Amino acid sequence: MNVKTVFILLWVCLIMPPIARAQGFADLGTSAQGFAVPQPDYKLRFPSDHGAHPAFRIEWWYLTANLTGPDQTEYGLQWTLFRTVLSQTSLLQAEDSGWNNGQLWMGHAAVTSPTAHFTAERLARGGIGQAGVTAVPFEAWIDDWVLEGTGSKTPLGAATLRASGIEFAYDMQLQARGPWVLHGQEGYSVKSADGRASHYYSQPFFDISGTLRLPQGVVPVTGQAWLDREWSSSPLAVSQTGWDWFSLSFAGGDKLMAFQVRDQAGRAFTSATWITANGRTTSFGNGALTVTPMHLTSVAGRKVPTQWRLQLEDKGLDIRIDALNPSAWMDVSLPYWEGPVRFTGTHTGRGYLEMTGYE
Amino acid sequence: MTGPVLWALLGHWRRNPLQLFTVLAGLALATALWSGVQAINAEARASYRLAADMLGAADRAQITTRAGGRVSVADYVALRRGGWRVTPVIEGRYDDIRILGIDPLTAPFGGSGLSEFTRADFGAFLTAPGLILGQAEVLERLRGKSLAGFETRPSMAPNTALMDIAVAQKLLEFDAGLTRLMVDPQQPLVQVPLGQIAPHLQLTTPQVGADVARLTGSFHLNLTAFGLLAFAVGIFVVHGAIGLAFEQRRGMIRTLRALGVPLRQLVVVQTLELLCLALVAGTVGMCGGYLMAAALLPDVAATLRGLYGADVSGSLHLRPAWWLSGFAIALLGTGLAAAAGLWQVLRMPLLAAAQSRAWALASRWAARWQAGAALALLALAAILAGFGTGLMAGFALLAALLVGAALALPLLLDQTLAVLGGRAKTATAGWFWADTRQQVPGLSLALMALLLAMAANIGVSTMVSSFRQTFVGFLDQRLAAELYVSAQNPGQAADLQRFLEARVDAVLPVQSVSRQLMGMPVAIYGNRPHATYRDNWQFLQAVPDVWQKIAEGKALIVNEQFFRRAGLQLGQELAIGPDHKRTNSLQIAGVYGDYGNPVGQVVIAERLFKQLYPEVVGQRFGLRLDPSQVSKLRLDLIERFDLPQRNVIDQAQIKALSLAVFERTFTVTAALNVLTLAVAGFAILMSLLTLAGLRLPQLAPVWALGMTRASLAKFEVLRAVILAAFTSLMALGLGLLLAWVLLAVINVEAFGWRLPMDVFPAQYARLGALALLAALLAALWPAWRLVRRSPADLLQVFSNER
Amino acid sequence: MLVSLRDVHKSYSEAAGRTDILCGVDMNLAAGETLALTGESGSGKSTLLHLIGGLDSADSGQVIIDGQALMALDDAALAGLRRTTVGVIFQQFNLIPSLNVADNIAFQARLSGRQDTARIADLVGRMGLEPHLHKYPEALSGGQQQRVAIARVLATAPKLVLADEPTGNLDEASAAVVLDLLLELVGETDAALLMVTHSTQLAARMGRRLHLQAGRLA
Repeated sequence: MNVKTVFILLWVCLIMPPIARAQGFADLGTSAQGFAVPQPDYKLRFPSDHGAHPAFRIEWWYLTANLTGPDQTEYGLQWTLFRTVLSQTSLLQAEDSGWNNGQLWMGHAAVTSPTAHFTAERLARGGIGQAGVTAVPFEAWIDDWVLEGTGSKTPLGAATLRASGIEFAYDMQLQARGPWVLHGQEGYSVKSADGRASHYYSQPFFDISGTLRLPQGVVPVTGQAWLDREWSSSPLAVSQTGWDWFSLSFAGGDKLMAFQVRDQAGRAFTSATWITANGRTTSFGNGALTVTPMHLTSVAGRKVPTQWRLQLEDKGLDIRIDALNPSAWMDVSLPYWEGPVRFTGTHTGRGYLEMTGYE
Repeated sequence: MTGPVLWALLGHWRRNPLQLFTVLAGLALATALWSGVQAINAEARASYRLAADMLGAADRAQITTRAGGRVSVADYVALRRGGWRVTPVIEGRYDDIRILGIDPLTAPFGGSGLSEFTRADFGAFLTAPGLILGQAEVLERLRGKSLAGFETRPSMAPNTALMDIAVAQKLLEFDAGLTRLMVDPQQPLVQVPLGQIAPHLQLTTPQVGADVARLTGSFHLNLTAFGLLAFAVGIFVVHGAIGLAFEQRRGMIRTLRALGVPLRQLVVVQTLELLCLALVAGTVGMCGGYLMAAALLPDVAATLRGLYGADVSGSLHLRPAWWLSGFAIALLGTGLAAAAGLWQVLRMPLLAAAQSRAWALASRWAARWQAGAALALLALAAILAGFGTGLMAGFALLAALLVGAALALPLLLDQTLAVLGGRAKTATAGWFWADTRQQVPGLSLALMALLLAMAANIGVSTMVSSFRQTFVGFLDQRLAAELYVSAQNPGQAADLQRFLEARVDAVLPVQSVSRQLMGMPVAIYGNRPHATYRDNWQFLQAVPDVWQKIAEGKALIVNEQFFRRAGLQLGQELAIGPDHKRTNSLQIAGVYGDYGNPVGQVVIAERLFKQLYPEVVGQRFGLRLDPSQVSKLRLDLIERFDLPQRNVIDQAQIKALSLAVFERTFTVTAALNVLTLAVAGFAILMSLLTLAGLRLPQLAPVWALGMTRASLAKFEVLRAVILAAFTSLMALGLGLLLAWVLLAVINVEAFGWRLPMDVFPAQYARLGALALLAALLAALWPAWRLVRRSPADLLQVFSNER
Repeated sequence: MLVSLRDVHKSYSEAAGRTDILCGVDMNLAAGETLALTGESGSGKSTLLHLIGGLDSADSGQVIIDGQALMALDDAALAGLRRTTVGVIFQQFNLIPSLNVADNIAFQARLSGRQDTARIADLVGRMGLEPHLHKYPEALSGGQQQRVAIARVLATAPKLVLADEPTGNLDEASAAVVLDLLLELVGETDAALLMVTHSTQLAARMGRRLHLQAGRLA
């Protein structure tokens, strides 16, 4: 239990920008305490950017999926690998082999059904092979949890995905049905008014199928998966307390990535990417998107909004989003809410919601 | 009404301060010795528990290599990637400190070690240069040895430093590999079987009974036995003094009742009085016990560390349970000592109390009863020795033997003196023996205390000395090679062998494999046939030409623990080998002592061992060479193979260290020996002083008949010394019996090995002399008072006599 | 009637057989009366005194003291009787060796909760015990010890004083002084006095005399 509080501190440290706080914009583009900082003119290169960026402070491979069982029961699935560097000193050892390695890896896995929510967490350090990411051939792993490219043409065109916890396990196949999608400005995604940003791109077009092993038995499932790739060194401003992030798949085949970053004053910094069924994107900067919490659920001692109204006027979008299971609390070192959602209104469909900073 | 009655009763102590002192001092000494020993044991046990609980290792399964080497990091990663929730541990000794390197990211969160850890600054712990946690004393010793930061954790296991695995690796110069993997009790749904990932690794479930507590059990048993005996000795002293007080107060009790104090009130007030005495003496005793324990603990800690590698805190903590048990024992002691007196008060008719009797065991009825009880107890002891099984029976035997012998002592003395009196030629001699005989009841409790104290001394010191002698022999046997070298990996082991072959007389590999045999954990060793073994190893039982038979691959030898626990017979066939097939059955050709080892051992020939376990590569070697070449070769090896200092150990060094440690054990037992003997001496002094007053009426007529006070005094001293001498003789017999019970019964039941008993006549003679000296000193004061007594005092006897 | 005995029997069992001590004793003693009980050694004088003092119990018959039948009383009630109603003076003085003279005198009064300091001071003065108040009994002569014992009993102002050969261990001169004091003080408090003695001289000074012979009063 105590480890958790330590981890919260740790992640708060990460979220707190080391020096940019004082220097603001002027400092962007230079290294922050030795860490690399996202550059607006950086051109993403594949497949090498699928791999790790050890010079940056934080990075993730974040996969969510909306699934359906044989009896039409809806399920959600999450598989995430986080990479972080604890400190500046650790950065010097980020490439060391052996126990000295300064990279810290964290895996989260979850399966959500309308009535249950299972989570698991793994921690590991780099340098010994227990966790890591290689770009070619693609493999991201921590312990026996793995996202492994199997595609012949592109390293991540097809993949297998595995994770297991005490009560659950899954083994899935992924097949990409569309192109990679870059958010913000060519993958440079701004997160705050003072210009904090990350490199951010997605693969929202995965078809996914496989089996879930749950306490009640093995469930074959199929559905749609969404992989996010993001890295940065100081993505949030000090005053920013958390975010609400949506990945939505419309019945018509279009997709939407939308998020707001909340600050202490209750203001929000919003951003969205409209993705057409064939992969063309439109980015919307701060202010274009409005998200409004509609209903709070008490979960794990916190009040968390599990029903939202989301509006994107430019696209004529006004929907009500409901959590499939409002209790999808991730009871891990740094706890947060993450789970599948359904929405109705001007558009209908399914998606995923992640909410952090509800303390 | 209670007030005046209590005041009157306490007035007795005011008027007899010496008696009060005896009661309080006896009780305080008994409490001090007992609670001191308990404090030491409690401290040691708490330390073991902390150490075992570090990382929750006490109840966790572990993964180690079958061959006994280190687990590779690759294996660890393979296991993790196969779904195993295991966490790596690097453990070693640095400057004799137990170094624990852990990976906080995978460590399961249980055990005291980790709760310590989680309070630490996680980032600092994990980030270079790292953080070392431990007790202040440990950190002090590590200062300057590592770049890591230090954080004091007073409640962590003693002599243990906890740090990140990377920090430990550097500190211990572990270039690769892990000591072991700890298995989380919770494992995920999907997992590749261990055998499929790494067949050379083995999963061991938590071992019951192979822990430090078991290993050190015999040491604590010694201490406990000592504490118990010391307590018994103290209680005899107190019983004597309280009994006398009750006897002397009979008249007063009668008067109080005649004046209208109800009987129940009297009993209540007397109980209250005893309670006060117990509390006062208990407090003093607890303080004494604490001081004693605090003074002895560093030696005990050093002993345990050296002998068993058990880390025990060198400083004492006050535990509430200890205080409670100390007062409980003081109360119990007072109760035991006073029960008879209180019972008599309760049953005493108001008027019959008027006649005064000699105190204690004067009446024939009491003597007969005592003889019966003594006989019954000794018979019980004999039966238990013959047919008893189990540790409890062993303890019962001990108790029956001691109490029976103590009860028999006055009767034996009485008979002896009667015989001597019958043979006396002169009138003075006749009077002397008869008078001495008359003194026995009055002195009996003090003499019993002396008997028990001396017997305890003889018994425990015989056991310790026997253990020492055996241990020294065992060291010679096991550390026969002049130099011991450990390679860091199998490749280096081969290089080492090649390098050494031409330079030493013999290279004796130490190679072993852990197996389950007859349902218990056993280490199988493959020994290279060599004269070293033939010359040095001693067998408890063996067939002729045992080493020849082993070398031919036809026979094996086993250690005593395994032999006894598995109920084996010499000549019996034992199936060893990986598949337990009949083809690998060998005859048991010998049994050897293996002291302090909790697990069984089997020794076979190296050739056979290599056939059965080809995967095991011995990395340790014993080297036989000219002792004058040892230091040179040692330096050579360290330099040429870049070995850490601790990988090349000089045999003389280990032996010297082990013996030094053993000598420290002696400091503890010697200190306890002196203390118990002092208690017994004190008992004699008090009894003689008390008797001196009572004896005046007996001595006055003899004086009147023409014997001088000086010669009377001389006889008084002589009498005390003679009684002490008789008692010492009996104590010798009893002590040897006690030693035998400890060595041959208790040890076997508790630890599975029997220590050969040696006798140490010089030690006993010294102890006897000491006891006589104590009796002499104790008798001198009353005798001197007799000499100084005015004739008027003696005359008064005649005028005052009732 | 302060003391009333009706057909009291008492015998002791010993190894040699049964010895009858008292064989049907009837006796009365009124408040303020003084009575001498004489008889040869072994005639049962002391036993009778012990029965009246509640120190021993009769085999049969009735012993009634101040209206209470002693047969019906338990140990605590008998002890209460001895604290408040009856005072016993022994031949052996029976002082408490662990208490000094002052504490010995005040002891019984303290037990019964009737500590009257003025009365005690008066007793001490008349007994001539002032110089000895802080001495312990062993340092006193026999006469002094018996005076302490008498003061101890009278300090509680009992209705009945029992004295068992109170001067038996004293020389003639001390005996006379002690007896004078005892009679004087008993007379003042209007207490009854029952004195066991074998001396006809002493018996003559008492108001009434009973002779015990072979277990019967004559």
